Amino acid sequence: MNLLATIRLAFNALVRNKARSLLTMLGIVIGVAAVIITVAIGVGARVSVQQRIASLGANLIIVQPGSVTQGGVRTGFGGASTLTPQDGMAIAQLPGVAAVSPIVNMRTQAVAGGNNWQTLITGVAPTYTYIKSWSLASGRFFSQSEVNSIAKVAVLGQTDVHELFPNGASPIGQTVNIKGSPFTVIGTLAARGQSGMGQDQDDVILIPYTSEMQRLTGLKTVNLLMISAAGASQIIPVQNEVTALLAARHRIVAPQPYDFQVRNLQAFAQAASSTGAVMEFLLAGVAAVSLLVGGIGIMNIMLVSVTERTREIGLRMAVGARARDILRQFLTESIVLSTLGGLLGVMVGILGTVFVALSAHWPTIIPPQWVLAAVGFSGMVGIFFGYYPAQKAAHLNPIDALRFE
Amino acid sequence: MSNVVDVQRLRKVYPMDADEVIALAAVDLTIESGEFIAVMGPSGSGKSTFMQIVGMLDRPTSGDYHFEGRDVASLRDDERAAIRSRRLGFVFQSYNLLSRTSALENVELPMVYAGVPEHERRRVALEMMSIVGVEQLARHGSNQMSGGQQQRVAIARALVNNPGLILADEPTGALDTKTSLDVMRLFTELNQERGITIMLVTHEADIAAFARRIVTFRDGHILSDVANEERAA
Ligand SMILES: Nc1ncnc2c1ncn2[C@@H]1O[C@H](COP(=O)(O)OP(=O)(O)OP(=O)(O)O)[C@@H](O)[C@H]1O
Ligand SMILES: [Mg+2]
Repeated sequence: MNLLATIRLAFNALVRNKARSLLTMLGIVIGVAAVIITVAIGVGARVSVQQRIASLGANLIIVQPGSVTQGGVRTGFGGASTLTPQDGMAIAQLPGVAAVSPIVNMRTQAVAGGNNWQTLITGVAPTYTYIKSWSLASGRFFSQSEVNSIAKVAVLGQTDVHELFPNGASPIGQTVNIKGSPFTVIGTLAARGQSGMGQDQDDVILIPYTSEMQRLTGLKTVNLLMISAAGASQIIPVQNEVTALLAARHRIVAPQPYDFQVRNLQAFAQAASSTGAVMEFLLAGVAAVSLLVGGIGIMNIMLVSVTERTREIGLRMAVGARARDILRQFLTESIVLSTLGGLLGVMVGILGTVFVALSAHWPTIIPPQWVLAAVGFSGMVGIFFGYYPAQKAAHLNPIDALRFE
Repeated sequence: MSNVVDVQRLRKVYPMDADEVIALAAVDLTIESGEFIAVMGPSGSGKSTFMQIVGMLDRPTSGDYHFEGRDVASLRDDERAAIRSRRLGFVFQSYNLLSRTSALENVELPMVYAGVPEHERRRVALEMMSIVGVEQLARHGSNQMSGGQQQRVAIARALVNNPGLILADEPTGALDTKTSLDVMRLFTELNQERGITIMLVTHEADIAAFARRIVTFRDGHILSDVANEERAA
């Protein structure tokens, strides 16, 4: 008997007992659906965390002023005044460094026409858009010569565009007053939405760092240095070089503590992926238990079915079925049952995932390899738990089976 | 070697708790190709037991059994299954059709296990159904047919692989007199016109009267084995 005919036979047998077949499948359906939904939520969460981390910048390294705690005593006060733009320029010369930008932050009021808005004024270098992988919505970004000439030019985040120019007219060429200085708007940033910490990243005005330091804050130091390494593999070497360079520039000798901190975002990424690994381990446990329970359900029903159909088995043997024909028939039935349960579970799981995504607004991703694995594994459950009942059927004595009441 | 069946000192003992039941004590019988044998005897005399062993559904406790020249004791289960599928046809008192399966599919069943291709199965099944006169019932399920119709379908099923021997255990036991006679005429026809060897068990003399040879069992022995001169028609 060929495979297709065997499968059709199994189908017919299952359709004959629709309600029972469905109930038997339920264990597998629920198990697989639960796995699909939880995987979709887990992977979705992990990927969105990774995307957020990536959106912070390409291979980003951050240098902050201040010191690390040593021996429980926090040393090196006045940390906020240790980093200079010159440090940044020196770092830019290091191998493996793609770009460097000083960052100077100030929260103040911006005024345009009759509208004013409390916002973050960030002084940066032209490399900033590259480091943050941030594109422009309109206009242009300022150039190095505008940085050098301490130009009064500004690039607005989308929130500021809406707050300062609510009538919808293009802000390009308009003037924004910041602490009494008129800045000409030369561009707007693409919308970015909330950061991983829930901040509105679009609530920002970018200006040359020189302009911010000399025209607004009057300070000689910067809040941060943002460095983009040339590649992911360069992050650690660059971090080490930057540390050595700054230690030399700041004339720090051991055992003096550093007056700066060099950090990268890989620690975050690693933490995120290790929580993901724990999650996946738990999911695998859930999957194993539910499929085990589903499998036992299938074995139970197959045993009932073998008993119920003992006369049928006897008749089939009487007309020439070999033990392996009977084995194949019942094994196919349990595989069809469990695989069908797996497919149904995938469908329920996808529906459930869509429901979760729509109702809770959670990011969800259904990895296709999990769908395949779920269906494949259900099929294996069918083989494993169907084998014993099928074996039992195949080894019936023909006459005992025929005489069975 | 034209003997289809050759049994010598065939013995079958069923263990029963501490005791044992001797269903067949020592049976010798040969059946030649083309014979039509009726097996009679009182209830419990071992008729069904004998049929089941000859049909390779069961194994004897001891004794020799050769089917078409082959020593059955030496055959593996799969080889016995192959012989059941290709060389033997069974007809049971209770028809034993698969429920919720069409008459046509029931008739095709032995060919499925004999590996006959699908279109050929269909053709042969329909041909056999028309020989036994139930070709119009091809799509009917067993619950949509009378007892006589079901038994004819079962006979068609026994015929499809062109068996060397048809074994029928009280095939008319559940049928009324008229239908019984119809079925017996069918067996006679199959035997005379197609040369099919038939052994059937019956309790009724007027059924046995269709056969050419009547073997009578008693207490696991063959009491008599006689040619039937006045055959019914
Ligand atoms: N599976 C079995 N286990 C134990 N004893 C059995 C079994 N099958 C048959 N017997 C016994 O073997 C003997 C012969 O039984 P068998 O069925 O061959 O009789 P029979 O001639 O066909 O009777 P009937 O005309 O009533 O069908 C009986 O005594 C019966 O009780
Ligand atoms: Mg009997």
